[in-house]
Amino acid sequence: MDDPLMLDANAVAGDLAEMFGFDVSGSVHRCTNCGNQGAVATLLAYVHGPGTVLRCCICHEIVMRWVRTPTRIYLDARGAAYMEMGLS
Amino acid sequence: MTERFTSRGFFGKRRDAGTDRADRIPPGQYLTDGFPVLSAGPTPQIPLETWEFTIDGLVAEPMRWSWEQFQSLPSRDWTVDISCVTKWTKLDTRWHGVSVDDLLAAVEIDPRAGFLTAQSYGGYTTNLPLTDVVNNQAFVAWQYDGAPLEPPHGGPARLVVPHLYFWKSAKWVRGLRLMEKDQPGFWESLGYHIRGDPWREERYSGD
Repeated sequence: MDDPLMLDANAVAGDLAEMFGFDVSGSVHRCTNCGNQGAVATLLAYVHGPGTVLRCCICHEIVMRWVRTPTRIYLDARGAAYMEMGLS
Repeated sequence: MTERFTSRGFFGKRRDAGTDRADRIPPGQYLTDGFPVLSAGPTPQIPLETWEFTIDGLVAEPMRWSWEQFQSLPSRDWTVDISCVTKWTKLDTRWHGVSVDDLLAAVEIDPRAGFLTAQSYGGYTTNLPLTDVVNNQAFVAWQYDGAPLEPPHGGPARLVVPHLYFWKSAKWVRGLRLMEKDQPGFWESLGYHIRGDPWREERYSGD
C-alpha cells in the first residue's frame, strides 16, 4: 500500500488523549473485523479528511473514526471490539 | 439544458478582471489554486475491466453499466467551482462526464424515492436528496482538466455535486441507491451536516 495520506496514529494522540482522558496510544485494541490485537499506536491514521479515521494495520478496516467540530467530538469506535488500558 | 454551474463559471470569468471572484467564494472559505487530496482510507485501485456502476434501490429494475457502456453515455464538459468543508474553494475546475439526469433516465424511479446514497469502492457513502442531483446539478466525471481522473482524486470516476461541500462528491463512486428516507452517509453520521450547502455554511450537524 502506497498512500501518502497515511500517518502513524501517534500523530492523533492528542485527540485520543482528549477523548479518553489520558494517553491511550500504548493501550491494546482488538480489531472487530479481523481480530488483530495491538497497540493503538499501530493503527493507520488518515487525518487529511473532514475527520480522522484509524484503520487496522492488518486488514485496513476502520477501527475508530471521529469528527471534531467547534463544540463537540463525534466518535464511532465500533471497529474496536475491545480496548485494554493500564491504570497508573 | 440548464447550465446553472457552467454559467456561474462563465460569468465569473467574464468579470474576472475585477474583484468578482470573491463573490464566488462561500463564507468562511479561502481560495486555492492547488487541488488538495482528502481521504478516509487507502486509495482503491479499480481495474476498468471489473469497474461497474449501478443504480438500484427504489427503481423498477436495477441498472448496471460496465466501463465501456458508461463511456458511451452522452457526456460533456463541465466547468464548476468546488468548495471543501475543510475551507478551501477552487474556481473553474474542468471535468468531463455524464449528467446524473442521464443516468436516472435509464431507470424507472419509484415515486416514493426522495433520496439517494452514493456508494463508493472502498466503502465510502454519502447521502443526497434527489432534488440536489437532478436538473444538471450533478454529474459523474471520469476526466479532470482534460486527462483521465487520477485515483487519488477519485478515478476511475467520481460523483461531482458542485453546489454542496465536496465530501458529497463521492470519489471512486460505484453506484446510486434510491431511497425513501434520507440515510446519513459516512461523514453525515458522524457530526457533519445532512445536506452541506457551503453558501449557508452547513458544515456540522445543527448548523
